[in-house]
Amino acid sequence: MCRSVHDNGSHSKSGYLSFTTGRTVPRAMHWLLSPTNIFAPASTPAQSIFDLSRFVLIVTGAIFVVVFTLLAYAVVKFRNTHASDGREPAQIYGSTQVELAWTVIPVLIVVVLFLTAARVIAAIQNAARPSNALEVTVVGHQFWWEYRYPSLKIVTANELHIPVSDPAHPTPTYLTLLSADTDHSFWVPRLGGKTDLIPNHPNRMWMDPQEPGLYLGQCAQYCGTQHAKMLLRVYADTPEDFDRWVQEQSRPARVSPAISEGQRIFERTACINCHTIAGTPANGTFGPDLTHLMSRQTIASGSTKNTLANLVAWIYNPEVIKPGSKMPSMGLSTLQAAQIAEYLATLR
Amino acid sequence: MSALPLTVPEANSQWNLPARGPVAMYCLIAAEAAIFTIFVVAYIFYIGKSLTGPQPRNVLRVPIFFTVCLLSSSLTIHFAVKLLRSGRLRSFALWWLLTIALGAAFLAGTASEWRHLIYDEGLTIQTNLFGTTYYSLVGLHAFHVTVGLLALGTVAIFALLGYVKQEHAGRAEVLSMYWHFVDVVWIVVFIVVYIVGR
Amino acid sequence: MSTQSIAWPKSEVGSRPLAERLHEWVTTVDHKRLGILYILYALLLLLVGGAEAAILRIQLIRPLYNFVSPQVFNRMFTMHGTTMIFFVAMPVLFGFANYLIPLMIGARDMAFPRLNAFSFWMTAFGGMLLYFSFVGGDGLYGAGNAPDVGWFAYAPLTAQTFSRGHSTDFWILSLLVSGFGSIGTAINIIATVLCMRCPGMTLGKMPLLAWLNLVMAALVILAVSPLTAAQVMLLVDRYLGGHFFDTQAGGSAVMWMHFFWIFGHPEVYVLVIPAFAFASEIIPVFSRKAIFGYPIMVAATVCIGFISMSVWAHHMFTVGMSSAANTFFVLSTMAIAVPTGIKIFNWLATMWGGQIDFKTPMLFCVAFLFQFLIAGLTGIMLGAAPFNWQLGNSYFVIAHFHYVIVGGILFTLFGAFYYWFPKMSGRMYNETLGKLHFWLFVVGFHLTFDFMHIPGILGMPRRIYTYEPGRGWDIWNLIVTIGVFFQAAGVLVFIVNLLWSRRRGKIAGRDPWDAWTLEWSLPSPPPAYNFATIPEVRSRRPLWDLKHPEDPDWQYE
Repeated sequence: MCRSVHDNGSHSKSGYLSFTTGRTVPRAMHWLLSPTNIFAPASTPAQSIFDLSRFVLIVTGAIFVVVFTLLAYAVVKFRNTHASDGREPAQIYGSTQVELAWTVIPVLIVVVLFLTAARVIAAIQNAARPSNALEVTVVGHQFWWEYRYPSLKIVTANELHIPVSDPAHPTPTYLTLLSADTDHSFWVPRLGGKTDLIPNHPNRMWMDPQEPGLYLGQCAQYCGTQHAKMLLRVYADTPEDFDRWVQEQSRPARVSPAISEGQRIFERTACINCHTIAGTPANGTFGPDLTHLMSRQTIASGSTKNTLANLVAWIYNPEVIKPGSKMPSMGLSTLQAAQIAEYLATLR
Repeated sequence: MSALPLTVPEANSQWNLPARGPVAMYCLIAAEAAIFTIFVVAYIFYIGKSLTGPQPRNVLRVPIFFTVCLLSSSLTIHFAVKLLRSGRLRSFALWWLLTIALGAAFLAGTASEWRHLIYDEGLTIQTNLFGTTYYSLVGLHAFHVTVGLLALGTVAIFALLGYVKQEHAGRAEVLSMYWHFVDVVWIVVFIVVYIVGR
Repeated sequence: MSTQSIAWPKSEVGSRPLAERLHEWVTTVDHKRLGILYILYALLLLLVGGAEAAILRIQLIRPLYNFVSPQVFNRMFTMHGTTMIFFVAMPVLFGFANYLIPLMIGARDMAFPRLNAFSFWMTAFGGMLLYFSFVGGDGLYGAGNAPDVGWFAYAPLTAQTFSRGHSTDFWILSLLVSGFGSIGTAINIIATVLCMRCPGMTLGKMPLLAWLNLVMAALVILAVSPLTAAQVMLLVDRYLGGHFFDTQAGGSAVMWMHFFWIFGHPEVYVLVIPAFAFASEIIPVFSRKAIFGYPIMVAATVCIGFISMSVWAHHMFTVGMSSAANTFFVLSTMAIAVPTGIKIFNWLATMWGGQIDFKTPMLFCVAFLFQFLIAGLTGIMLGAAPFNWQLGNSYFVIAHFHYVIVGGILFTLFGAFYYWFPKMSGRMYNETLGKLHFWLFVVGFHLTFDFMHIPGILGMPRRIYTYEPGRGWDIWNLIVTIGVFFQAAGVLVFIVNLLWSRRRGKIAGRDPWDAWTLEWSLPSPPPAYNFATIPEVRSRRPLWDLKHPEDPDWQYE
């Protein structure tokens, strides 16, 4: 269902990786690439930025070449060769013509750059929202991501599933960005530029990945101790995969006939004050919703694989995996932690 | 190059540069104006945004009398400096003391207004956005008035002891520039808080 | 002047006791001594800030490394930034301004010597307060209460709820205190330049260093004050229960950003304009030509000063401002590139047709030209808002601004150190060591900051204490860290050179560089009163006029 991290797109037989726009990159350059490369756009906003950036790079590159050459030439040609035995060179105090030239030309360049950037700003920020766009509310927390799908009545955490968008019939995803505490920033480079999550200041952004796959990113606004491990995982699913995921998430929590020891400890301890497991007494919202915890590949906001062993370690003492995490160690014994982990492992 | 004859024979003998005192005071005024601007901007931005608590139109009473006191003190200090320039030391001291009295009256007015707001209306700096921005802005201004009064008071003590002479008029003028600035700030605060913000 | 020399018997009195000499330095109001105090203070803190950077880079040398805990790392990057900007860059530039301006305009001291001393000690105390935070609170474990909110201390991270303890308070108070010092120095510089020039030195005839520091001082007055205001507001929030930035009460976290950057952007021009001043004095002397286009250089700097007050929100492109606001700030940001570019062209034209002598000061200034060009171009990239939505808050930004501050400002500062060291100490520095410093530092600088752009492009955000493997960032972080050691070696050579040359350097005499501004007419080091007779000048290069009476500047200006 979800492809591996390094699979950035379809592979053609000639050994090239092709990106959504059909632009190909030689495989030899693969070592330069990264799953979070801003120059590997996979969504329209990222593509618009990429196109603008190429233009800006060309212009600034040209300026660099010209001025660098002039500087290098001056430094070499006008070295003191001690040939003029102490006479000072001709003193030139200025030249209005030259000054005018190198004022007017930069002004023209600036005007062009400004107009180009202004156009892209409008294209991205003022894009018309199609009526079938998927709405997701993202709430940033210290140090995890909450995702609410109001129209689908789904709440999940840390791993965002969105449908791919067919360019012929676009189904973009619009995110409303909120924060429960400090400032955060949603940055998945291949899907778009970053937008901040600021309390009392809702923001909007949109993305329309055209290739299914996993897109990585992380929080890009310092939000406290564990800012570094507030990772982003966005799964762009094919329509079938997305529907299946929605159905799974919409189901209530799996309830086993007998209440396990782990569930008993979970419901007795303060766990229920921070976490929600739909259909049980656990209804806290300070921490991630755990109703379908096993549908996620990672825990601790993408920083740790979701395996039983890691779950036990995390529950036993989150400080070891993510020092400064807001989840306290509840003073459980390793046995209790293992039992809770076993219970959580049933929450598919 | 031991003794450098840097003097050029035909150089002009008229070399007039501004006096240091007023230049420094203008710079200080510019810095203070920048500080006040930020507080005023915060005040204006938060007008109407308080979620709870008393609102300006319900609790603010326009302090006409105390404003008149403060603004007239600008006039009195102007006269005082003029008198000092012309050497009329007794009259200077009188008008200077009058300035201080008017400034002190203004502060008393602010104090009584705050007393009313805190005890009768329940508005403190913690109450809501209005409370925070109001007390901060008016308080910052009152702080500057206080510092001004301390400076003016120091000069008053020196004057009464006979140390202030006609040649000190320049320094008194520099101090009066600060006082005029404090008054101009009050005009801005008055308009923003008691007229626009209500 | 009599040529008879008098033979004095060897003095029986030893040098004055250390306590007396220290007391003289502590109570001095002499602009030259205060200048040196500022410079030495800044040098000390440069080493401290550099050590903090080294800690950061070692932690990031490979993914998921455990050299320091996240808490310590977050304090290190906050302290590194705060130290370098407020307690290294500003003091050292104020120090040079204090030392040089009266000498260059023919005055005996700054306009307000006691204010000068007060300003220095306020700055020094602010720094001490900032570093005291390491020992407050929990003690050294987790680095005590040292600030950990980032050097721009965004709300609401700085609210009591999210920053319990005093780390934020140390940040606020140390900067409040040193901010008063900065404003005091700025007032002093403006009053000195406007009121204390020697006869004949109209504003159009003062050295560019005086002009540029005048503009810098005006910016300090207009820019540091908003920071002071914002910090007072933050204190009101933290201690009086205020709601300026309290989002729960309807307050705005974005407002802090606006206030901070209204300070923060002009601040970087406060730092770079004196660097331009150094380049504008050094490049002409070592090219043996007058500065090209003096009036335009002044006009461009004044323009930069004005425009710099209108670009601040380009630090906030990702915050969610309207497209109209974003567009405006793109325009103003691009606009400021024009006068800045003009200055580069003027320096280039100064060298053009000259006879360039590559002594150490000139080496640093030439490197500055190349590096500032690149810094300006990456700045243009960041100014294009949509591009900023990708590059902002990433290692690309860190690379950009270090390119400006280290590649631009620090390089010209090193140039200034070498250029004026003979005047300040009376002795020449060691040229071989100077060149060694240059080459070590240039290699280290480029290793670190050229390659640092790449992780930014590959998606690495800033202020992270570690990173995942498999993002393609590993090799670049390694190279960046290696560069740090070359830079450290260069700085070490520099310090050794200064210390050694102070005692053993060749006697410099008044004018080792055959330069043209008034300070080179005085003995090295200058006497306490500077000028025995206040000079009168007729052109921008009074010493050129004296050395070339057949071809004086005032015939052409």
